[in-house]
Amino acid sequence: MLEINNLHVALEDGTEIVKGVDLAVSTNEIHAIMGPNGSGKSTLAYALMGHPGYEITEGEILFDGVNLVELGPDERAQLGLFLAFQYPHAIPGVTVTSFLRSAINSVRKARAGGEDDPVPVPQFRKEMLAAMDDLKVPRELASRYINDGFSGGEKKRLEILQMAMLKPRMAVLDETDSGLDIDALKIVAAGVRNLVGPELGAVVITHYQRILTYIKPDFVHVFVGGGIVAEGGPELAEKLEAEGYEAFTPAAVGGE
Amino acid sequence: MAITETEIVKGIGSDYEVKYGFHVPEDYFFKSGRGLSHELVDAISSHKDEPDWMRKFRHKSLEYFNARPLPRWGGNVAEIDFDNIYYYIKPTEKQANSWEDLPADIKDTWDKLGIPEAEKKYLAGVGAQYESEVVYHKLQEELESQGVLFLDMDSGLREHEDLVKKYFGKVIPQNDNKFAALNSAVWSGGSFIYVPPGVKVEMPLQAYFRINAENMGQFERTLIIVDEGAYVHYVEGCTAPIYTTDSLHSAVVEIIVNQGGRCRYTTIQNWSTNVYNLVTKRAVAHEEATMEWVDGNLGSKLTMKYPAIWLMGKGAHGEVLSIAFAGQGQHQDAGGKAVHVAPKTSSVITSKSISKNGGRAGYRGLLEIAKGAHGSKSKVVCDALILDEESRSDTYPYIRIDENDVSAEHEATVSKIGEEQLFYLMSRGLSEAEASAMVVSGFVEPITKELPLEYAVEMNRLIQLQMEGSVG
Repeated sequence: MLEINNLHVALEDGTEIVKGVDLAVSTNEIHAIMGPNGSGKSTLAYALMGHPGYEITEGEILFDGVNLVELGPDERAQLGLFLAFQYPHAIPGVTVTSFLRSAINSVRKARAGGEDDPVPVPQFRKEMLAAMDDLKVPRELASRYINDGFSGGEKKRLEILQMAMLKPRMAVLDETDSGLDIDALKIVAAGVRNLVGPELGAVVITHYQRILTYIKPDFVHVFVGGGIVAEGGPELAEKLEAEGYEAFTPAAVGGE
Repeated sequence: MAITETEIVKGIGSDYEVKYGFHVPEDYFFKSGRGLSHELVDAISSHKDEPDWMRKFRHKSLEYFNARPLPRWGGNVAEIDFDNIYYYIKPTEKQANSWEDLPADIKDTWDKLGIPEAEKKYLAGVGAQYESEVVYHKLQEELESQGVLFLDMDSGLREHEDLVKKYFGKVIPQNDNKFAALNSAVWSGGSFIYVPPGVKVEMPLQAYFRINAENMGQFERTLIIVDEGAYVHYVEGCTAPIYTTDSLHSAVVEIIVNQGGRCRYTTIQNWSTNVYNLVTKRAVAHEEATMEWVDGNLGSKLTMKYPAIWLMGKGAHGEVLSIAFAGQGQHQDAGGKAVHVAPKTSSVITSKSISKNGGRAGYRGLLEIAKGAHGSKSKVVCDALILDEESRSDTYPYIRIDENDVSAEHEATVSKIGEEQLFYLMSRGLSEAEASAMVVSGFVEPITKELPLEYAVEMNRLIQLQMEGSVG
């Protein structure tokens, strides 16, 4: 489904941040990418989604066999890729409802071959209310402006709400656990867990093992210095929690 | 606000050329020659069979116009070729009160612009001005029976001369500025409204101004009197065909809101980009009265317009909400003025300007709190959004305060659409143009939410049209 081959990502000034990543994720799978601050995890997430500030200098990102590298973020989203932002942006004056409906309709239009195929309003309303209830998002949030004056927890819940509504096939969650208290974390983790299935796979990027207790990844990849340095099952996350990242620094694993 | 981006997106694919920029053949009852003269003024006055005082008023105004220099501030008006303009065109012999009675080309124009349909759905009265004359006019009978007057200005003068004589040119004197003098000399059409004490006109009255001929000069004149405790919402829209040479639109709008009355005046200006739009609008608000200008400027080559409110009575309140959108080749010099004369008066001026593709949009405003306006309050907020490096935004906030126990706030921001905001929206599937339009419609939301739904949809749609071609 998502297949990343030898991906190299550089900043506009040429500094290489991601140095040759290989990763394959299928639907119905949850992969965790764990790494210390500054290891390049978020750069990887942005590059996957097509952030214009990051250049892919080498390698490919295949999504159902389609190379995403030359596609804009909108086209990637329309194909079914989703990024839950670590720091979601505020759009003053645009309500959550209006935004969600527009986004859904853009995706539907792309999937209908460019023909308008707007979601019927009653259906939209029903799905939105159900998703909000599942994620314990207060109703009043729907009529507020996107992320404008939201608390950290509200922003993260809105990200997962968008994920639930847009129905992507592959979701990348960039430090969704940061800034969440334990109750919010449980709700968000359960939300992700419920959404992953035959229609959805997920890559959970995190610094801490905490969220993985609730999300329960199938695979864990340790990300240090711009690359994956170790891979394994859920037990790897526990080892990391106990021993820290030091064991995986380049020196400890025998250099580059 | 229930305006959805879906509604905005619906506008994609159409454009000004098709929707508004068309013109139909001229088959007119009377068309003056080009240029401005006392003979022309006489001809206009004779066509209208006006009382002598109005004829004299016009001639005097022409003298003022000729004597005054062109303004050297604001936009570039030096290129206006006053000798090349047609100052008076009377398209039909008499006004119709049924769309069916209009000549086919003119009726088709209104149909294309959707005016008869809007009248049926949500308007209490409609005046439709084509070139110099209001060719169609109608007010709901129920309002007529309550004593509401809604006429074109010429009929107003004929049928209610005393009232017109009392107020005409009093809020905006004929020598107020060069373009007010021009309008006072050659005015034709516009609206005359009187709302009797206590009468609240629940649905808007709308006037639509259409220029069809090339090098046309349109000089409508509007006078609105809202009596004690009464309310009216007047909406005007304007469009014109696209020509390679320039047209001129120079209106004068005078409004009097008596004690406890409220008037809201909404403009959605969408002239083609070959029209100079130089308009003087001023209202006086008496004790406890409220005056609101909602001023949307999307079209024109150059707009210079600063709707003003003189707060003359204790406790009067004034608001100006202004949106200016300048694209390629456009200069919007918009803004508002609030003059506090009486105690405990309050005003809010909110201006949002957007410039793109080399356009120039700015805020020019005046806040004045005069001696004696104790305890008055004012707030001026102007926000500019600049969409690319070639575009420009200016802010000229003039403030004069001659009283101590008052409060005046001024805030100004200039911003650009952030790459991060666009990336965020695009990562949800919106195209770059849709994402930009969404940020822009959010930016102007404080103003569009004040519009009746239909106009808010229209405004957002126009913004979407403006955004097309600005990116990608």
